[in-house]
Amino acid sequence: MSFLTLENVSHHYFSKANFTKALDDISFSIQEGEFVALLGPSGCGKSTILSIIAGIIKQTQGKIRLQEKPIDLTTANIGYMLQQDYLFPWKTIIDNVLLGPKIANNVTENTKEKATALLNEVGLPNIASAYPSSLSGGMRQRVALVRTLINDPKLLLLDEPFSALDYQTKLKLEQLVANLLATYHKTAVLVTHDIGEAIAMSDRIFVMDANPGVISKIFEVPIEIRNEAPLLVRKHPKYQILFDKVWEELDKKEQLPNEEVVSTNHEAK
Amino acid sequence: MKRNNDQQLFQAYLQHVKRENRIVYIWQISILITFILLWEVASRFYWIDPLLFSSPTTIFQVVINKLSDGSMLNHLQVTLLETIAGFLLGTIFGIVLAISLWTSKRFSSVMDPYLVIMNAMPKVALGPIIIVAMGPGYISIITMGAIISVIITALVVYSAFNEVDPNYEKVLKSLGASKGQIFKNAIFPATLPAMISTLKVNVGLSWVGVVVGEFLVSKQGLGYLIIYGFQVFDFSLVMASLVLIAIFAAIMYKIVERIEVWLIKHSTS
Repeated sequence: MSFLTLENVSHHYFSKANFTKALDDISFSIQEGEFVALLGPSGCGKSTILSIIAGIIKQTQGKIRLQEKPIDLTTANIGYMLQQDYLFPWKTIIDNVLLGPKIANNVTENTKEKATALLNEVGLPNIASAYPSSLSGGMRQRVALVRTLINDPKLLLLDEPFSALDYQTKLKLEQLVANLLATYHKTAVLVTHDIGEAIAMSDRIFVMDANPGVISKIFEVPIEIRNEAPLLVRKHPKYQILFDKVWEELDKKEQLPNEEVVSTNHEAK
Repeated sequence: MKRNNDQQLFQAYLQHVKRENRIVYIWQISILITFILLWEVASRFYWIDPLLFSSPTTIFQVVINKLSDGSMLNHLQVTLLETIAGFLLGTIFGIVLAISLWTSKRFSSVMDPYLVIMNAMPKVALGPIIIVAMGPGYISIITMGAIISVIITALVVYSAFNEVDPNYEKVLKSLGASKGQIFKNAIFPATLPAMISTLKVNVGLSWVGVVVGEFLVSKQGLGYLIIYGFQVFDFSLVMASLVLIAIFAAIMYKIVERIEVWLIKHSTS
């Protein structure tokens, strides 16, 4: 039994003038505890997949099942992390973290303690009453991570959560997230355009192609580097081999339009 | 030694700011005094017709007389209450209308042309109809004070609602928030400054509505005094009423400004 299944999911964006097919016939399934990365050029619809899984937008065709049930936003308990932290600037850190329980009307001493414990775990003790504006980008994204984890989500959706951070902070956060997810045995889908990040963090990599968005190839991350910490993975010899393969796959797609551009330039001359 | 130098520079800067403020203040006072003096002199020497343009001393006397016999106080009170009521009603209904537009996209599309017309319409032109509908009393006048600001408040606040970063909504949706919870946690606090800044505009607008309303119908109030003074050719009375309106409109504006500062301070902490 798979944990999350997408069956022939397509999505169209409509406007008055025309429509674009963002996703075309996407099917895959993910096992419980698995970490999957969606990798592809911008505009390939990888963020759209996340929004559909999260139930924020509704696919135009196809079916999604989470633990064999259609997704219902109010009960599904899915954690969603965006490119930026989107902490609410008028709320304190602790209020930001407790947003999920507050919405579920479930703020108790218990959840408060859990919030403090999680903040400690991500290395942010003693900032509960501070405001987001006084924190650095990396710290804010860690708070956003705690906000996502406090609800104990069954499924985590990570939409390029590290892309706005500097390289060092990014590597540290990758490590932190990988550790936390492994500890709590979470299922996760990561969207990224960073090949290294995809290899370092995930068990399987779905490489996507744009216009319309399809999954063109699936790579298994070798077992030897799967359980390695993201910082160390990058030094592993198998990392480089996989990196090159994925690179080749992505590169294949980029060449076609490039050649077209070149040839039209010739004609112009 | 070095620190002393820093302190000196800081003191010099403070001195400079203080001096600049004093110069501005002196100019402001001089303009006022010159204007009043010129007016008085021009009136005394018949450069302008004192019957039409009165003079500061006469106006001052009228104000004192009317205040001491209590008649002006009554008029002042009526106008102030009507203005405050109109201001509050206009602002509250405007915000309520904005919220209902935000709640339903379809409602806002349906209302769009009507809002455009109602906004373009000079509200004071509705005066006679309002008086016929509501009766020739203070209710009509309060309605005038309110109606003048309600549509513009709704439009400004509604557009502020729409400018809130949709990702905040996305975060809340992924946590399973209802529309009401999204409003309470993201839209309302994010647009509070915009709502507060409409208060300042509405204060001025309510004065316009109320004074025009009193022109049209009432037996009391500063607007009534202006029309009455005009009809009996007592321009000192007209001028005295104008001076009072100017003073109290300015006081109300300043009060709203204070409230604004207070609200912004307390809504963020």
